[in-house]
Amino acid sequence: MAAVQDGPKELDAEKETKPEILSDGTSNLLGNTASGTLSSSPLTAAPAGGATKMEDQQTLIAVLQFLKRNKLSESVEILRREAGLGEHQEDSQATDGSGGGKGDGDGGDANSLLSRVSITSAAAPQSMPVKKDQPDVSVVLSAYSQQGDPSLYQVYYSGLKNFIESVLDCHRAELSQLFYPLFVHMYLELVYNNHETKAKAFFDKFSGDQECYYQDDLRILCSLTKKEHLKGNEVLLDFRTSRFVLRISRDSYQLLKRHLQERHNNQIWNIIQEHLYIDIFDGMPRSKSQIDSMSGSLAGEARREVNKAKVFYGLLKEPEIEVPLDDEDDEAENEEGKPKKKKTKKDSLGSKSKKQDPNAPQQNRIPLPELKDSDKLDKIMYMKESTKRIRLGPENLPSICFYTFLNAFQGLTAVDFTDDSSLLAGGFADSTVRVWSVTPKKLRKVKSTAELNVIDKESDDVLERIMDEKTASESKILHGHSGPVYGVSFSPDRNYLLSSSEDGTVRLWSLQTFTCLVGYKGHNYPVWDTQFSPFGYYFVSGGHDRVARLWAMDHYQPLRIFAGHLADVTCTRFHPNSNYVATGSTDRTVRLWDVLNGNCVRILTGHKGPIHSLAFSPNGKFLASGSTDGRVLLWDIGHGLMIGELKGHTDTIYALKFSRDGEILASGSMDNTVRLWDSMKAFDEVETDDFTATTGHIHLPDNSQELLLGMYHSKSTPVTHLHFTRRNLLLAAGTYNSQ
Amino acid sequence: MTEREERRFAEVPRESIKLMAESSGVELSEEVAALLAEDVCYRLREATQNSSQFMRHAKRRKLSVEDLNRALRWSNTETICGYGAQDALPFRPLKEGELFFVEDREINLVELALATNIPKGCAETMVRVHVSYLDGKGNLEPQGTVPTAVQSLSEDLLKYYQQITRAILGEDPHLMKVALLDLQSNSKIAALLPYFVYVISGVKSVSHDLDQLNRLLHMVKSLVQNPYLYLGSYVRSLVSSVMYCILEPLAASINPLNDHWTLRDYAALLLSHIFWTHGDLVSGLYHQILLSLQKVLSDPVRPLCSHYGAVVGLHALGWKAVERVLYPHLPAYWANLQAVLDDYSVSNAQVKADGHKVYGAILVAVERLLKMKALSLTLAAEGSGAGLPGTTTGAVSFRENSPGLSPPPEPLSEPPLGIASHLQAGGAGCPWEEWTPVSLPAMYCELYSFFGDSLAVRFSTGLPLGGVPPPGPCQPLEGRKEPASSAPNLENTRKMPQLTASMNISPRQDGSPRMEPQPPSLAATVPGRSLARSSSSSVSRSRSSSSRPGRSTSQSRDIFPKARFPLPQAGPPAFSFIIGGRQMGRRCQGRRFQTSFSPTPPLTTHPPRAYAHKLPVIGRVSKPVRRWTCSHYSLHLPL
Repeated sequence: MAAVQDGPKELDAEKETKPEILSDGTSNLLGNTASGTLSSSPLTAAPAGGATKMEDQQTLIAVLQFLKRNKLSESVEILRREAGLGEHQEDSQATDGSGGGKGDGDGGDANSLLSRVSITSAAAPQSMPVKKDQPDVSVVLSAYSQQGDPSLYQVYYSGLKNFIESVLDCHRAELSQLFYPLFVHMYLELVYNNHETKAKAFFDKFSGDQECYYQDDLRILCSLTKKEHLKGNEVLLDFRTSRFVLRISRDSYQLLKRHLQERHNNQIWNIIQEHLYIDIFDGMPRSKSQIDSMSGSLAGEARREVNKAKVFYGLLKEPEIEVPLDDEDDEAENEEGKPKKKKTKKDSLGSKSKKQDPNAPQQNRIPLPELKDSDKLDKIMYMKESTKRIRLGPENLPSICFYTFLNAFQGLTAVDFTDDSSLLAGGFADSTVRVWSVTPKKLRKVKSTAELNVIDKESDDVLERIMDEKTASESKILHGHSGPVYGVSFSPDRNYLLSSSEDGTVRLWSLQTFTCLVGYKGHNYPVWDTQFSPFGYYFVSGGHDRVARLWAMDHYQPLRIFAGHLADVTCTRFHPNSNYVATGSTDRTVRLWDVLNGNCVRILTGHKGPIHSLAFSPNGKFLASGSTDGRVLLWDIGHGLMIGELKGHTDTIYALKFSRDGEILASGSMDNTVRLWDSMKAFDEVETDDFTATTGHIHLPDNSQELLLGMYHSKSTPVTHLHFTRRNLLLAAGTYNSQ
Repeated sequence: MTEREERRFAEVPRESIKLMAESSGVELSEEVAALLAEDVCYRLREATQNSSQFMRHAKRRKLSVEDLNRALRWSNTETICGYGAQDALPFRPLKEGELFFVEDREINLVELALATNIPKGCAETMVRVHVSYLDGKGNLEPQGTVPTAVQSLSEDLLKYYQQITRAILGEDPHLMKVALLDLQSNSKIAALLPYFVYVISGVKSVSHDLDQLNRLLHMVKSLVQNPYLYLGSYVRSLVSSVMYCILEPLAASINPLNDHWTLRDYAALLLSHIFWTHGDLVSGLYHQILLSLQKVLSDPVRPLCSHYGAVVGLHALGWKAVERVLYPHLPAYWANLQAVLDDYSVSNAQVKADGHKVYGAILVAVERLLKMKALSLTLAAEGSGAGLPGTTTGAVSFRENSPGLSPPPEPLSEPPLGIASHLQAGGAGCPWEEWTPVSLPAMYCELYSFFGDSLAVRFSTGLPLGGVPPPGPCQPLEGRKEPASSAPNLENTRKMPQLTASMNISPRQDGSPRMEPQPPSLAATVPGRSLARSSSSSVSRSRSSSSRPGRSTSQSRDIFPKARFPLPQAGPPAFSFIIGGRQMGRRCQGRRFQTSFSPTPPLTTHPPRAYAHKLPVIGRVSKPVRRWTCSHYSLHLPL
């Protein structure tokens, strides 16, 4: 998108990193700062059609262009000699960009290659600013240059429509999937070839046939009426750079193929070959509802093979901590006259953590920070608290406390609670971050260095003495960002706070001194979300530049770049075992990334709107995602399958949270409600037989109403954040909206 | 068909483009204008699309100018300035010609810059929490508002509420007692709290009926004592109701037969009790109370009964409050009071009687002030020898002596500047800085200059524990007895000019019963009571005291003479403290009359023991102290 975006106006060199990270949807890029190599090979191996020879040549031409642009003339010479390419060939390619019936795969690969080359430079930013300009765009667009008779487009399309409507019912649903991508590509071809009125006519005639969940895209599409517009539009680029994936049974596919060959309908066949990826499977064609539940994303469904990688979704083994304090505490409680069943619960907890989960990753699969003493204390506190946890269930719903932000005229944009629910942070549109203490304990700064010098460092309460009592207050304001703060996240040890902002930075704040420690630059575009790893040290951020980045607190450059989303990364979440990161995007997909190697291991499609909230279940097996369409989808991470759809909200879902034991899923939305769902039931009813697992065809029971345990209204206060305390009290937060 | 599509978007017509171009001095051909118009439309749509994601991430439903500007900025376009206002800009049509425009008022910057009404800054952003749903069920209890109708309650609660209010405000004293007891211990009436508070706030409407007022105050006490109730911000409402009883010139007090004095005493005790047990619920409560008491005291227009209320209120809040408010105010107030007391006209008789009440109340208050101050000094002196613990001892003793003084966070040792400044800001006429340095002797001298011999302090530890003796209207009696008993002993004090004043009072007092029609009523109400005191006000006092279990008048009379001698068991004997050059033994003698009116005599048996028992523990725990004060109060406020 940006490649085109900066067409008319050159962006600053600094912003150039964004276009360079662009890649097509299938290649997974590992932006390891350490290596900075092209380590990962694209998964797209076999293009569906197109002569391989032709393709190689195109790639070579692209490389030549690159070399020329960087004034590496000798290499150009050598390459040209070795490849036996004539100068005219390349020139014609570069200038008019009309390759004349050239295959699709080539263009795509050239592009992905280029972008991969660019990644290297992204790893060492500014060292080699790559100028992206017209030729590349032409490469992208060139596929549309094939001249068909524009007046026949309507005939082609309605011919196909008639055919699909006449086929057997079982095939019709599957083949109907073709409508939308074909429609879009044909329209774009018309626009690209300057048949404006024809394009308009085509759009008006057939846009009504498309599924309603494509309305947003269609709206953007119909505003494109000129070739020039194509250069600046992201949607187009997404369509072009990624092949729309359709999943069709073999029978239906054969039917279609036969039909098109009989009719010699090359125009459509070409589009299918070039722009679509048809994932053929053996077996029964899918039903309409099955298809609908999975489609809706910008680039169609996920290919089956991308979700085949094994995901270690199990939890890590809990570190062994002697809990001498625990018994003491129990005694104290007994003294108070509350007899406790001492051992039973604790044992169950202990055994759970001691047994090695077969699905768990190696303990040291990714290096995790060592536990400090204070962490151990916190763990002990956590265990103590969890013995007092309320068992939730359909009969036993949690109490809800609502934290209302008053006088937040500047606009509340993000909220986070610490795990122990002692602190509350709010990010605001006026660039500030505010931290509140939810407990009576006030927030204090550490004393100044001069004062620190005079305190007795040997004393037992030195940690108490270093705090400056004069600064005690209920809340602190952190200034530093220069744009709205879209994401905040506390570190698990409560010493740090992360905030991500429109100004393109992620900032790390100390909660001891209440000052900014680091500004992590790299996104260069608005950063929509950030989150700490459950073990601290690592954090992830995602933004408008369509990538998510993995950072470590002590590195100013990202450790991993997760590239592949076709649009903004709107939310990021760490898996409970810290080995994976889930990202939700405006391209209406959820992706799961492996932190170890940066690979995309899951692409989850089915949402019909941008995804604004994600939540992992506490056992790490499931994922919930909520989007602007008001639906919550539940996913089985192990199988990469959708296992539930929770309908009910009428507006964007901004907050999702599982209860501490995972029995209840709470969702909070712009529609001023909190809803509680029976996630246990939802997970139990999943049919995970082999067939479903292998084909990925799901039958979703429409049981939203049964799963809905409760709906709770706030007083015109949209729910921005949800949090379960360690004892399973539900905390909600939001700002009162007087309008 | 193009028609249909074009209607999807706002279009900028080519005429507009041409006009804009002209205004910047460019002539455009028709085609160029058409092309430009189309491109402008497209770019606008694109910017709108992009800006919507800023809106979504700001978690808003309304697209703002700011969002659009951000989108423009990120696409390297100049932003639009001047439209960032929060409220909607009115978009107006012009009648003649199809012209629409955004209203753009001219603003006079000079005027704006020199404006005196500087807008206040926005209120601080803050977070408030409340339990929205309990166990998944809605929380029906209204939040923070006092309801006007009793409708949203469950059947049972409603019934309970009706029964209780009926019983308390009804005729049957036994039923009332039961109801109050239940109110005191029922754990399930949290939802009814606002309703009860509302009922209590009805004191203003029954100011003519002492009985009802009393009952309502009892209700307050029961609510306050209920351990299951979290009063929260209702404390404020309760306090204001109680303050009403203390300070307002009640309709009931027009009739001198009505003993509103006792009500005020009782309310004052209740106030200090509420404050001591629940004062931490509302911040700044102490200052507010002090401030309003002081306001009343410094207002000469107010009737004397209001002043009396203010004095007993201060007294009940503890000696620190007396020192802070009453003491500095005394010189000014004294003149007024003196004028009243010096007026012998018959028409003034009633007022003068009231004046004596105030006089007595002040006397008791300052007396205790002196005593406590001396005690704290002593303890501090003792403590200084023992090092650090000593100061805590002082603090604790202070606390236990004046239970109502202040919430724990306010330490005794440092005169809290915050309070002083607060009161000062509240328009206090008294220079607060002055009282802090006033040493005990100086204070005593000054007070002595007012009260003369009537001011007598007995320095024993037993009696200070008597805590808050309801400041009795001791003056008359004292006046009468003084010449007989104490006067001969204290020749030197006689020399003080103020003594004559106090001497003057006594004859008056002799004559006063005539004007006050109490004695008969006294005899009527409390037949068994012998009258060592023919004093005016003691009617209801005696009534209430006689109703007290284990306390009879004869007893108090027995103790009365005995108390002239230092009680042998009365605390540690270490208090050989000298004030103004006099031995405490002598002071003791003068003291007799004041203390004898207070309910201390029966207490002497109980509190000293408590004190003696506590003495070794002192400075260690504050909890028992609290418990003790409670029990002490319960003695005062029997049901």
